[in-house]
Amino acid sequence: MKDLYSAAGVAPRSAYISLLGWFTLLFLIGAQVVGYMNSPADSGMGHLQKIMYVHVPAAWAGFLAFFITFVMSIVYFVRKRASDDMIAAAAAEVGVLMTGLALALGSIWGRPTWGVYWTWDARLTSTAIMFLMYIGYLALRGFTDEEERRARWSAAIGILAFLNVPIVWWSVKWWSGLHQPQSTRESMSAVYWNNLWLNAAAFLLLLVFFIASRYHVAQLERSVELRLEADALAGSNQHV
Amino acid sequence: MTGEAGRIFAIAWKDLTAERRAKSNFASVAFFAGLILLMFGMAVDADNDTLAVVAPGLLWMAVLFSGVLCFNRSYERELEAGALDALLLYPGDRRSIFVGKLIANFAFVALVEVVVVPVAAVLYRLPVAHIALPLAGVFLLGTIGFVALGTFYAAMSSRLRAREVLLPLLLFPMLIPLMLAAVNATGALLSDSLMGDAGQWSKVLAVFDVIFLAAAYVVFEYVIEE
Repeated sequence: MKDLYSAAGVAPRSAYISLLGWFTLLFLIGAQVVGYMNSPADSGMGHLQKIMYVHVPAAWAGFLAFFITFVMSIVYFVRKRASDDMIAAAAAEVGVLMTGLALALGSIWGRPTWGVYWTWDARLTSTAIMFLMYIGYLALRGFTDEEERRARWSAAIGILAFLNVPIVWWSVKWWSGLHQPQSTRESMSAVYWNNLWLNAAAFLLLLVFFIASRYHVAQLERSVELRLEADALAGSNQHV
Repeated sequence: MTGEAGRIFAIAWKDLTAERRAKSNFASVAFFAGLILLMFGMAVDADNDTLAVVAPGLLWMAVLFSGVLCFNRSYERELEAGALDALLLYPGDRRSIFVGKLIANFAFVALVEVVVVPVAAVLYRLPVAHIALPLAGVFLLGTIGFVALGTFYAAMSSRLRAREVLLPLLLFPMLIPLMLAAVNATGALLSDSLMGDAGQWSKVLAVFDVIFLAAAYVVFEYVIEE
């Protein structure tokens, strides 16, 4: 295993990432258990309300991830380092995962609560649009083979897509306001609120862990690609 | 400045000339737009009451689905025989390429709209004559934003294998605010009752146009450099 890493010229996954991973797992389980034990059945939704402890943190984490993509895209244009591009891409991938999770759980929650899997609520609709914008980002990366070009293009998309997020939010909000009332989120009692923040903290850790892990994998992939390229140019395949 | 304006004009004129000489392209896209309108009309059972409600949306869908076909083409021409590399070698700001192509694409999409709107007016029985001017304003604003982002994203997608599916996948989610604003402004004009609403949505269109014209213009340099 060690030999493989040294052949690739990349350090094995740092012990810190593994430590963070274990800590995140325990924290996440703890936060979920606390959320489950601690909060009484909601008067309206019953225990269904507990979906909120994953759904909302996942949505927040996804949004934060796209913000990281935005920042790292700008940083890429300033510094032109491959690592900045890889962090931006890792964040976008994790953001799509988190947003997808939030959408799926929103549907599962919506069916018994609203009676429908989908409603054209501003929050839901703009989250779905954001999800699709970053699916496009990932698709473009998937189809672009040349590394430097892929980095430039995806940085451009990472910037424009995030600029659009508030515009999408306001326009959809305004539009859905014309058609149907917003789903109201009645003010939550303190215990729900505390549990929510605890789980949001757990998801923040999860976000950092996922991005760090994905970034490390991207580094490995890149070094393998560079290695293969160098070998191909040298006309030997001893490393393959 | 005359130099830069001259370059922009030269690129726009070159693209439009190529388009004009390849006559079939415009005709195909325009007929395709008409076909979309016909099919949409039949899909909602050609019911006049339904059509009156959904016509603004159908009209803009026809514009977006047919207009998107022109953006990739505008770069594909440059990829033959290394024309793009030659274009990049010319002195001057590379953003001139973006602005030039934007103007040419705008002219193309605007021409498609000149066909689409009257056809829709006939098929869906839309009273457009007395609102021709404000309607033209809404289409102007909507088309600027559409073409700005279309020209920008096609600079990337046109060079990839999956260009046909990738461009709409990238472009359409970005265009949602524009689509909502354009459809609602058009609808307000057609229903005649909410003139103020058309104005509000037109402001959304204008803000969208300014933000993405500026963003695409600034970032284009990084997208095109080789």
